[in-house]
Amino acid sequence: MSERKDGPSRRKVLKGAAAGLVTAGVAPTILTSSAFGQEYRNKPMGDTVTLGFNVPQTGSYADEGADELRAFQLAVEHLNGEGDGGMLNTMQPKSLGGNGVLGKKVAYVTGDTQTKSDAARASAKRMIEKDGALMISGGSSSGVAVAVQGLCQEMGTIFMAGLTHSNDTTGKDKRRYGFRHFFNAYMSGAALGPVLGQEYGTDRRAYHLTADYTWGWTQEESMRNATEALGWQTAETVKTPVGAGDFSQYITPVLNSGADVLILNHYGRDMVNSLTQAIQFGLRDKQVNGKDFQIVVPLFSRLMAQGAGENIKGILGSANWNWSLQDAGSQAFVKSFGAKYGFPPSMAAHTCYVQTLLYADACERAGTFYPPEVIKALEGWDFDGMGNGPTHYRAADHQCFKDVLVVRGNENPTSQFDLLNVVQQTPRAQVEYDPAIFGGDLGPYEVS
Amino acid sequence: MNALFSMSRKDVITFVLFAAVVLLMPIWLQPFGAAYPDLMQKFAIFGILAIGFNVLFGLTGYLSFGHAAFLGVGSYTAVWTFKLFSMNPIPALILAVVISGIFALAIGFVSLRRSGIYFSILTLAFAQMSYNLAYSVLTPITNGETGLQLTLDDPRIVDSAFGGVNDGSLPVSNLFGLVDMSGISGFYFCAVFLIIGFFITQRIFASPFGMMLRAIKSNQTRMNYTGFNTRPYTLTAFVISGMFAGLAGGLMAVTDPLAGAERMQWTASGEIVLMTILGGVGTLIGPVVGAWLIKYFENIFSSFNESVLHNLFSFLPDNVESFVVSVTSMFVGEGWHLTLGLIFVLVVTFLPGGMMEGFRRIGSLFNRDGGDKAKPDEPAPAPAPAE
Repeated sequence: MSERKDGPSRRKVLKGAAAGLVTAGVAPTILTSSAFGQEYRNKPMGDTVTLGFNVPQTGSYADEGADELRAFQLAVEHLNGEGDGGMLNTMQPKSLGGNGVLGKKVAYVTGDTQTKSDAARASAKRMIEKDGALMISGGSSSGVAVAVQGLCQEMGTIFMAGLTHSNDTTGKDKRRYGFRHFFNAYMSGAALGPVLGQEYGTDRRAYHLTADYTWGWTQEESMRNATEALGWQTAETVKTPVGAGDFSQYITPVLNSGADVLILNHYGRDMVNSLTQAIQFGLRDKQVNGKDFQIVVPLFSRLMAQGAGENIKGILGSANWNWSLQDAGSQAFVKSFGAKYGFPPSMAAHTCYVQTLLYADACERAGTFYPPEVIKALEGWDFDGMGNGPTHYRAADHQCFKDVLVVRGNENPTSQFDLLNVVQQTPRAQVEYDPAIFGGDLGPYEVS
Repeated sequence: MNALFSMSRKDVITFVLFAAVVLLMPIWLQPFGAAYPDLMQKFAIFGILAIGFNVLFGLTGYLSFGHAAFLGVGSYTAVWTFKLFSMNPIPALILAVVISGIFALAIGFVSLRRSGIYFSILTLAFAQMSYNLAYSVLTPITNGETGLQLTLDDPRIVDSAFGGVNDGSLPVSNLFGLVDMSGISGFYFCAVFLIIGFFITQRIFASPFGMMLRAIKSNQTRMNYTGFNTRPYTLTAFVISGMFAGLAGGLMAVTDPLAGAERMQWTASGEIVLMTILGGVGTLIGPVVGAWLIKYFENIFSSFNESVLHNLFSFLPDNVESFVVSVTSMFVGEGWHLTLGLIFVLVVTFLPGGMMEGFRRIGSLFNRDGGDKAKPDEPAPAPAPAE
């Protein structure tokens, strides 16, 4: 009898457990009825609409991520009618009124992708499932962008890709719910190729060092195609792990390969490290095959130029956008970004800012947040005044088409931000291509 | 059938309470802001991983620093099963467990020739090798850094044989076309496996086999001198815990059909060790608690940004508020690693037995005067009459 006192009896425990199981069985129906009872996921019910900004805050691309986040915050301010309005004043055509989107105030949540697919998906899922985010944007790596884009297609949430340059994002891995404003590796090759031919001649041997993931692979492929079309030869292509830190073991063989051009398909801190080490190894002072040795960095950004310092001078590359552009949209954006943060925005910041505005504008035009309608509003949309001249959002692959910049590291910078000179603004027609060449399938508008 | 009834009363109560806590997660996690499907799935999956790891580390004392490799193998196997055969999670999980078990057998066969730090280094080396293989060498199988994903033109032999319709969208894993494995149902699916896994470890802990493993931990040399070959026992424990990790990896792929190489990185292996130590090595529940804590920090603390903090501290005067926010913002957002590190240092310094020791101490604090009442519970399990 004394046994009864020392704890709950087995009968009691089992009864409690049974009650618990019943509650647990009922709970999901309560949860789902509040979350999925409407016609689509995360339909904004209150007077705010939540956007999710998923950027790398740690890892190789953290600098880009921090700048993207600044741009997102600026975009939200402008959408809500705070600040000077930035590109809202130059965007054409425009349906936004600076009073939120469809009368709802814009709120946002943030997450850290860690530049890892798993972490990025977990973070995006949190924003969608817990915080009720209606749109996910950001990312500074194509691997992450492709992974998050796939997730967003499953979830029925629109993904406005940030900085992602791989052909796959809107090629073989394109999705109905994913959109990219940024240019891609094919466009870099198409814009950079002719300039390389003019500057370095048509008889060159190129050596590629390539970041070993989707972006690096397509970048290498596009650069090979573009340079071999000029008549160049490809000496060798070597894959390097992302975030390697030390590239000396990859650079030493370049000297003995008979190549006279080194193409660095690296980005972020990887590119800063590999370029710095290539210069320290004296590659640019060498003469090979009777020609000056050259280094090319196909994807260039001001943040990377800042990191690489002196080493960037005279090096050719391509960029989506640069703060020194003189059109009204770029000027307005640089002005309000500079007023808020004290320095000019990077191209990663630019594309994220523009993407947020484009999404908001599409909702306004569609008259609803219902994703399939917003997608239809974005597909085939033509706009201007956002920094790259007249731009077209192609319906077939959700890729933006606009002018591409060929840039060169500034030999005589007038300020610490004046690091890139625009060599040529390659017209849109020169970088356009047939969407069929990369394959892929967008998938359906409606997802369960 | 006899298994449940031969359990001690204490074990039955622990098991029932554990099952209730796991299944009621959608309710009690609500106030912590963690009751959303993805995080609860992670809680269940990493719980499985941690209890499996505990079978090896907690019982035999062999510290494996390469457990993430089995997780990765499980994930890749499951995704390939999805791609080639069927979106049904059952065959994917069976294959994930079997393949990672074979993998563990191979690695364990070599690594267990050494013990202590050399064993840890060997497992670390094997895991790093697997990571590098997955990352670059085996790119055709693993898709390298980008990660292995489903595509529309995957064969899926079984599904297409049973007239699976291709509506142009990627399929999600489902149980015989009835229950989708994403969202809340995915969580319950994982939770069932966590409870089964917990039951199995409970049985292992209470079995003669578990006793043997504990003996290996306390003095392996003495075991050997008595003419006892410990190798088969340690190898069995290693394979079991590898299979648990494979199951966890498979479940990760089931709830989210993607497998990336970073799952096998040494940081992921280190995380498993952290979970177990944080919760309490060698205890049944400790590793699970540790896993939940780390995943909670990773997902919730990392999402706090300055505007959230400003809202939180808005009751303070303005200048005090901005000071408090600027200090606390170092510990949230991208600084969540710092908070976790601090907690880890505190726990290891003051509670070497992990969180479970902390709970025990708090419990004994309340029971000090009523300690006599609690005592009779101890000898009670011995008779354990059947119902």
